[in-house]
Amino acid sequence: MDLDQDPAIAAFRAQARAWLREQVPDPPLPAVNTEEGFAAHRRWERKLAQAGLAVVSWPEKYGGRDATLGQWLAFEEEYYRSGGPVRVGQNGLFLLASTLFSHGTPAQLDRILPPMATGDQVWAQAWSEPGAGSDLAAITSTARRAAGGWLLNGQKTWSSRAAFADRAFGLFRSDSEAERHEGLTYLMFDLRAPGVTVRPIRQLDGDPGFAEIFLDDVFVPDEDVIGMPGAGWRVAMSTASHERGLSLRSPGRFLASAERLVGLWQRQGSNAASERVADAWIAARAYQLHTFGTVAALEAGGTLGAESSLGKVFWSDLDVRLCETALDLLGPQAELDGQWTASYLFALAGPIYAGTNEIQRSVIAERLLGMPR
Amino acid sequence: MRFMLTAEQRRFAATLDELLSRADVPAAARAWADGDRGPGLAIWAALARVGVTSLAEHAEPADLVVACEELGRHPVPGPLAESLAAVPALLGGLPSSRARELLAHISSGTAIATAAFPPQVPLALDADIAQVVILSENNKIFLAQPVGTFDSMDPSRKLFAVRQTEVLAADADAVAAGVRHGTLASAALLLGAGRGLLDAAVRHARTREQFGRPVGAFQAVKHALADVLIGIEFARPLLYAAAVAVGAGQATAARDISAARVACADAARLAAAVALQVHGAIGYTRECDVSLWLAKVRALSAVWGSQAEHRAVVLAALTEPKTGPWS
Repeated sequence: MDLDQDPAIAAFRAQARAWLREQVPDPPLPAVNTEEGFAAHRRWERKLAQAGLAVVSWPEKYGGRDATLGQWLAFEEEYYRSGGPVRVGQNGLFLLASTLFSHGTPAQLDRILPPMATGDQVWAQAWSEPGAGSDLAAITSTARRAAGGWLLNGQKTWSSRAAFADRAFGLFRSDSEAERHEGLTYLMFDLRAPGVTVRPIRQLDGDPGFAEIFLDDVFVPDEDVIGMPGAGWRVAMSTASHERGLSLRSPGRFLASAERLVGLWQRQGSNAASERVADAWIAARAYQLHTFGTVAALEAGGTLGAESSLGKVFWSDLDVRLCETALDLLGPQAELDGQWTASYLFALAGPIYAGTNEIQRSVIAERLLGMPR
Repeated sequence: MRFMLTAEQRRFAATLDELLSRADVPAAARAWADGDRGPGLAIWAALARVGVTSLAEHAEPADLVVACEELGRHPVPGPLAESLAAVPALLGGLPSSRARELLAHISSGTAIATAAFPPQVPLALDADIAQVVILSENNKIFLAQPVGTFDSMDPSRKLFAVRQTEVLAADADAVAAGVRHGTLASAALLLGAGRGLLDAAVRHARTREQFGRPVGAFQAVKHALADVLIGIEFARPLLYAAAVAVGAGQATAARDISAARVACADAARLAAAVALQVHGAIGYTRECDVSLWLAKVRALSAVWGSQAEHRAVVLAALTEPKTGPWS
């Protein structure tokens, strides 16, 4: 057992660090969930792609550089340490792409991944519905057979990035007779197609970070079905553990925040909240090391299952505590708009999205501890 | 980088688990508390035969923490952090033939050691059964003998004030090595205790029925147990990283040990609180095995440095210019 950084990772890390130091925008880009900010973040994605840094872990032919998990983690550490912009393409880059790598056809990969990597096509997720939140399999939006494809009807909600994105992916009920986890189909659709109405929703920070999507006979060609019709639940769940764990929130993000918190604590020059500051860094380091362990297990041929629920609860709770500690250190300045207020408002969503922490705790108790259902 | 236990380390843990599961450790811990050290010493002898007592001298710190997690989980009575880790590490740093001779006895299992390292460890645990009693004060190292006894909240821990009888050495590095290893081992023992408490609570929640169903079917119980597992699973990598840092002599070792110790003790404390609550009234009895870990967790997290001291060590390391948090 060791923590030695292999030379290939060290070299890649140094290269990424140098590029980021030069290129990360200062002052920061305008807020991502505004029209101007979204466009600016899209341009940033193109810049990353041109430097070969947008999707380092993807195969080279889709714009990546075949980086190992270890190299990807190092890149993420450097990215967040450098204060790099929010990845506007996140839904596509880290969620849809993993699903496509597992279940997509070669034609789908060729068609969808390159514009995703460059930011020319930004993806929104369309999972939740008004009646299907934690109970995702309760969705009622439908996909009905039509000549050469499907017609979508229904309503999606809390769709991240849908206010400004180009396309979306989600589950639709294609067989109303089947058992609830069967009869679902995983589909991609154009947010500007006829029959689509997007109604942005202002989030806690005032910006439309997500939206409702109304679908009224929206046509989707067969080529935009991922996996087999009716197998959508299994397709979606096979990569859900990626969303909760590794790819959604890499450790570099929290280590960077913890490092900033330690810096803030030091500048404030008092002993206020010092135990909480220490705990925040210890937890961020624990998440990093735990991830190193996961990577080692994956590289030794293991798989990622219900264990990813441990990480989702851990990082989302950590993020809230860390930001709250920063605000407490700031005293009366804490309410003034700034980096920490933005981080705090964003962190508050963590225990809710990607499967609420209540759902994750039940998964942990039932699948990892063997508690009765 | 390959940050996971080797197959050999996993086998070693499984061997210890099997040995201790057969040995009826709870009965030995209760006898130990009642003054009958026979069954507990028999377990120590069995552990010596599989090499546990020589780990500090002959193996990696990672092997030591793997073993200590199992010993804490079962929960073996006696001066584990002292005899398996702190004293061998201290003696190993001394050049004298006397130190070598003592170390050989401890490694082979023919002697059990204990130690006081005031102020963090002011009293020597189980000095009455130890053949080697160390007192380390102001970077001086003495052989010592017990002069007064104190009862611990944990009935299986008998504590002794000690008085020096013979000067062994004056060696700050050896003392530091002793404290480092003792603290690391205490973190591993705490993590193991947390695991033992969680195992017991899970067993109880699956079988105890109320309202016509196992209490573990209720979300309030499930979620409390899930939080215990989260605490344990994210403390363990810190423990392994600290062992790696100690083994490699890295400059971050002190920070990493303290971080591990904070997380392991917190995980064990949460496990203790939840295990007690999940058991209900039976958990509040000496008859129930949960009692064997409950007080031990509190006792162990009070020695080898307090939580506040360890958090301060972490912050000091992070704000010192030389060793940044990214090293």
